[in-house]
Amino acid sequence: MAGDKVVVLGTYVSMFSMRAQVALNEKGIEYEKKEEDLANKSPLFLEMNPVHKKIPVLIHNGKPVCESLIIVQYIDEVWHDKNPLLPSDPYQRAQARFWADFVDKKVYDCGRRIWATKGEEKEAAKKEFIGIMKTLEGELGNKPYFGGEDFGYVDVALIPFYCWFHAYENFGNFKTETECPKLVEWAKRCMQRESVSKSLADPHKIYEFVVSLKKKLGIE
Amino acid sequence: MSSRGSKMEEVKLFGYWVSPFCRSVEIALKIKGIQYEYIEEDLTNKSPQLLQYNPVYKKIPVLLHNGKPIVESMVILEYIDETWKNNPILPKDPFEKARARFWANFVDQKCFPALWKTIWSTSEQYEQNKAEALERLTVLENELGGKRFFGGDSIGMVDIVANFIGFSFRTIQEALKLDVFTEDNFPKLWEWAENFVNCSPVKKCLPPQDKLIANFPPAYMGKTLVSSFQSRLQLPPPGGC
Repeated sequence: MAGDKVVVLGTYVSMFSMRAQVALNEKGIEYEKKEEDLANKSPLFLEMNPVHKKIPVLIHNGKPVCESLIIVQYIDEVWHDKNPLLPSDPYQRAQARFWADFVDKKVYDCGRRIWATKGEEKEAAKKEFIGIMKTLEGELGNKPYFGGEDFGYVDVALIPFYCWFHAYENFGNFKTETECPKLVEWAKRCMQRESVSKSLADPHKIYEFVVSLKKKLGIE
Repeated sequence: MSSRGSKMEEVKLFGYWVSPFCRSVEIALKIKGIQYEYIEEDLTNKSPQLLQYNPVYKKIPVLLHNGKPIVESMVILEYIDETWKNNPILPKDPFEKARARFWANFVDQKCFPALWKTIWSTSEQYEQNKAEALERLTVLENELGGKRFFGGDSIGMVDIVANFIGFSFRTIQEALKLDVFTEDNFPKLWEWAENFVNCSPVKKCLPPQDKLIANFPPAYMGKTLVSSFQSRLQLPPPGGC
């Protein structure tokens, strides 16, 4: 729609910000990305998400939408005529929502425990992470995307974590490709889409970010 | 109760009587006037069907529609709204819909766990847990503002998801003599709760008050008793919500 003003408040490293960007890119929507300094939150940010004070926030013509998966659904509904991310059948939609919710419930916390803990806790987190990836790989099956033939909602929910794999693998001492080759194949396939490659952070920069975050938090 | 109707519309719900997540699904089904078979699960001895229909989480509620399972209460609510289009529980406008989803999420992920924790507090933990619950309820009270329901003139998804606040929590808190959600502190939310429980689809779904009170003994009991009670009900521990 002509005259739309779209802003994404996010951070370079956040997988959740990346979801919003991937969805907007898939729809061919022009937007402004504002990098938020979470140690020094801007007045705009605090006004747009007073309840959680978290990124990402999508601001569409001055109105804020919060929570990354809610944002992705909003984008899909507003710009519904191009590259639909959710299927039209209610049962298929429910399956997509279930798996995106699964990613939300499981991946971030487990991934964090890999780099934020050590010893037995770290080993347990690594095993759990591999288990989660295997479950997702099982759900993917032989489909090119979680959405089937087309890139869709669950793909958007999960792919931003791919740029964090390098950090998880380094700290956890494992290779996702060895454990879940089909999943990594899927990720590389997604990375060939410009909407994705433009949105994801450089894995090496993510690794450096985690190194400095660990120092700041006093974690060995 | 209408006749069995066409084979096409076979709806079953696997649930547990006290679970507010199951109540959410039932309220939505009642709002839409959908006939369904309710199957009560014994959570200490889950049925093979439950494990088959929800292999990932092995939890209730599970909605079965024409033999196909849908799980996770919020996913089920959206499915119900999209499949049966009468009496919508979500707004049509994408921005208003996003707002409703945001607040339903807030109730589900921030309010329910905070209130749940107060029930299971030891005397040392109570004041801190109560403070957190009060904070969350204040945010909700402000969001409700002057509206009759979160959904406006009629109940919507946010109201449905908040059923625990509307009914069960007040019953349990009274039995345990807690003072978290009071009419003085939250006049708007209190009035909402009164209106909510008097709605016809909600009234039909509320767990029996005496059974609720019987199953929630005083919070200040020995730790072993509390934890065995929790495992019997297969309910999340205070910290794990």
